[in-house]
Amino acid sequence: MTYALLSVLLLAAVGWAGGVVGNTSLLFAVIIPYAALAVFVLGFLFRAIGWSASPVPFCIPTTCGQQQSLPWIRQDRLGSPTSTPWVIGRMALEVLLFRSLWGNERVEIKGAGKLIFSPKRYLWLGGLLFHWSLAVILFRHLRFFTEPVLPGIAALQGLDGFFEIGVPVTYVSDVFILAAVTYLFARRALSPQMRVISLPADYFALFLIAAVLLSGVLMRHFFKTDVERVKEMAMGLVSFCPVVSAHPGAFFSIHLFLVSILVAYFPFSKLMHAAGVFLSPTRNLRNDSRMRRHVNPWDYPVKVHTYEEYEDEFREAMIEAGIPVEKK
Amino acid sequence: MAEDKLKQEELLNVSYEPAARDWAEPSVTFRKGTYCYGAPLKHQKYLGLPNQREWQPTDPDWKLPENWKEIILEGMETLLKRHRSFRLYLDICVRCGACADKCHYFIGSGDPRNMPVLRAELLRSVYRRYFTTAGRVFGRLAGARDLTEEVLKEWFYYFFQCSECRRCSVYCPYGIDTAEITMMARELLNLVGINIQWVVEPASNCFRTGNHLGIPPHAMKETLQFAVDELKDITGLTVDLPINKKGAEILFVAPSADFFASPHWFTLLGYLALFHEIGLDYTWSTYASEGGNFGLFHSTELAKRLNAKIYAEAKRLGVKWVLGGECGHMWRVLHQYMDTLNGPADFLEEPVSPITGTRFENARSTRMVHIAEFTADLIKHGALKLDPSRNDKVRITYHDSCNPARAMGLFEEPRFILRNVANHVYEMPENTIREKTFCCGSGAGLGADENLEMRLRGGYPRANAVRHVHERHGVNMVACMCAIDKASLTPLLEYWVPGVEVGGVHEFVGNALVMTGESRTTNLRGEPL
Repeated sequence: MTYALLSVLLLAAVGWAGGVVGNTSLLFAVIIPYAALAVFVLGFLFRAIGWSASPVPFCIPTTCGQQQSLPWIRQDRLGSPTSTPWVIGRMALEVLLFRSLWGNERVEIKGAGKLIFSPKRYLWLGGLLFHWSLAVILFRHLRFFTEPVLPGIAALQGLDGFFEIGVPVTYVSDVFILAAVTYLFARRALSPQMRVISLPADYFALFLIAAVLLSGVLMRHFFKTDVERVKEMAMGLVSFCPVVSAHPGAFFSIHLFLVSILVAYFPFSKLMHAAGVFLSPTRNLRNDSRMRRHVNPWDYPVKVHTYEEYEDEFREAMIEAGIPVEKK
Repeated sequence: MAEDKLKQEELLNVSYEPAARDWAEPSVTFRKGTYCYGAPLKHQKYLGLPNQREWQPTDPDWKLPENWKEIILEGMETLLKRHRSFRLYLDICVRCGACADKCHYFIGSGDPRNMPVLRAELLRSVYRRYFTTAGRVFGRLAGARDLTEEVLKEWFYYFFQCSECRRCSVYCPYGIDTAEITMMARELLNLVGINIQWVVEPASNCFRTGNHLGIPPHAMKETLQFAVDELKDITGLTVDLPINKKGAEILFVAPSADFFASPHWFTLLGYLALFHEIGLDYTWSTYASEGGNFGLFHSTELAKRLNAKIYAEAKRLGVKWVLGGECGHMWRVLHQYMDTLNGPADFLEEPVSPITGTRFENARSTRMVHIAEFTADLIKHGALKLDPSRNDKVRITYHDSCNPARAMGLFEEPRFILRNVANHVYEMPENTIREKTFCCGSGAGLGADENLEMRLRGGYPRANAVRHVHERHGVNMVACMCAIDKASLTPLLEYWVPGVEVGGVHEFVGNALVMTGESRTTNLRGEPL
C-alpha cells in the first residue's frame, strides 16, 4: 500500500513539475497525452483481440436459472439463456447493473455452529456508484472536446449539478464517485480478508483514480483554472493541431498527467476487466450445449479403450454369464 | 470410525481472521484428514500417465522429473493458448472479494487460501511471473511468485481442496469460474505425475472395465440380477434385465455407484421398476457402464477418453438415443462436454419419448436425455399411476447437486417429480438451493476417506441447511440426484444432523409407482409401508 501511495504521489509531483517548470508544455501537454492515448488504444486492442481470438473449446455457461427443457417448464431465460438476445440481456444486466454482485451475501459460522447469511450489498452499491459516476464524468468531459458541444451534454451537466450547491456548482457525480472510491479503499484497507487478497496494484489503481478525481475537483472548486484555455488545448488535441502554451493551472497539469498515466496503465492492468467482462465464457454463452454442437477448434484424437479390446479381455466370462458378444 | 475423533466444536471453531503472514510465502502442511493420497503406480501405468512412480504427498521428495519447471511452464503456455477462460480469468480479477465467503471449504475452514480469489492467486502469481512483463520486471511488487517445489505442493493441497462446484462463479461480477482454474491447475499437476488415488484409480478402472468400481461384465450382470431378485421380493414382479442388447431403442447409462453402493441401490431399484412398468425398450451396457467421469477431475483428455465409450456403445448397439441416470458431474460432462468431445452423434436419432411422444428438443444434438426430464414428462402426461402416500414415512428436502444446478440448470424437473411422488416435500433456505446450492464437500474426486476432516468442514454449510429444515419441518430425508452426494451426504449428515437419511429421486418414484400386478408391503428399502 505504501509503495502504491508513494508512486502515485510521485507521479502527481511530476505532473505538477511539468506545469510549472518552463519549456515542458510540449512534452506534458502534447507528447505525453498523445503517447498515452496511443498506448491505450493499441494496448486495449491488443489485449481485447488477444482474448477474443483465443478459443473457447467448451460451452461452459454458469447456469443461474432453469434450463430450457420441457415446454411446460418455465425457463429462466436470463439465468439460462438459449438464444442470443437473452444472452445480451443477461450480459446487459451484468454490465450495467452488476446483477451478480447484487446477490452478494456474507456467510460465516458464528458461535454454536450457526451459519449466518446476511445480505451484503455495499460492494454492489459502491461499485455501481463508482462506475456510473465515472460514465457521467467522462461524458461531461466531452464538452471540452467538442465544438459545438455535443447535444445532451449541457442537459446532463444541468442534471448532474441539479442541487446548485456552491459556485461553480458541485456535481452529484463528483460527490458520489469520491464517496465510492473512499468506500472501496476503506474496505480494502480495513477488512482483514480484503487486506490479505489485495496486491500493490489494487491500491495503485485506487490511489491513481483518487488522485485524478481530487486534482479535477480541486481545480474546479479551489484553484482557479483557465477553462477557456483548457478547452483550447483539448480542441487542439482532438483536431490534431495541438496548442502549446502556458498551462492553465498547476492542478490542471497534475490532472492531465495523471490521466495520461491512468490511460496508459489501463490496458496492462486489472482495469481491463472493462473489456474482459464481455468475453467471459461463463456468462456470454448460451446454455444450449445439448441443442447445438459446440466445436472445439483444437480437438485431437485420443487413445480410447475400444469395445473390441474390452471384449477380448472379458469374452469368456461374458459368454459364461450369458452376455451377448461380438466374436464367439 | 475416524470421525468420532473429530469434535464438532473443534470443527466449528472457525476463524475468518487471516494470519498476518503474507500468502505469497508458500507454505503447506499436509495435515491428516485434509488431503488425499497419491495415485497408485498400477493405475498411472494403466492410463499411461506421465512420470509414473509410487508417490505420496507427505514424501519429502516428490520425485519430480528433472525439468519439471519447464514442463509446467510449457504446459501453462499451451493451456493459455487453448482456453480463453484460463487467460481471461487470470487477467481480469479485480480482487473485489465477492467470492471469498461463497466457497464451502472457506466457510468451513477459514483458511484464507480457500477463498476462491486466493486459490486462483496461487496460480495467477506464477502466471504473472513468467507470462507478464510487469511480473517479470517487478516480481513480488506486481504480485508475482517464482515457481518452486513449495508452490507446487501448495497447488496440490489447495487445488485438491476445490470441488469444482462453480458456486463462486455465480457471485463473481465477471463470472470467473474457479472450477476452470482448478481444472487447469490439475492439468498442470498431471504433467509431472501429481494426482490423487480417488481420481486416477476410478478413471483407470473405468477405462478398463467400463466403470469406476472396476466391475467386470459378468459381475455387473450378477449385481443387476440381484437387484431384479430384490425387486421381485418387494413387488412380486419379475422385471426384464436387458444387457448389451442390440437393437434396443434406448441405451441407459447410470453412475456405476447405483449398482453397488448404498443408498444408490434403491435408486437402481426405482429405475428398474419404472422401466418395467412403462415397458421401455432399453438396454444396459457393461462396456459403457459408467456415466460418471472421473477423467473430468484429471484432464479434458482423460475425460474424453472415458466419455468416448458412451457414443461408441450407442453406435455398436444401434440404439436410437441415450438416457442418463442420476448423477452430478456426469451431467456436467454430458450436458456441456460430450457433444464437443465425442460428437457429432449423427448416428443417433433426436430423442423422442416412446411413451408420450414428447420430443426432447433440448437434447436434439447430443441426443442424451436426463432421466429427470424423461420421468417428469411421463408424470405430466399421466403415464404413471402414482401413490404418493407410500412415501409418507419420509419428509423430503431436495438437494441440488452442483453440476446439474450450475452447469445445466436442472431445477424444476426433480422438484416436479418429488411433488408428485411424495406428500411432504420442503425447501431448504433460499440461499442454499438452486444456483446457490452448497456442495456436499466431496465432489471432484475429494470424497476419499483420508480427506474426511476437509469433507466434514466443506459439507457443513449443506448440513446446516438440512438441519434447519430438519428442525423446522421434521425433514428426515434428503433427496438428490448425484452419486457422490448419495455416498458422501450419508456420513456427512450422520455426523452433523443424525436422523436424516439420503435417497435418490427415483427411489421415491419407485416407491410411489403403482405397478400392474404388484403386491407390495414394503418400500424399496424393505421397510413396511
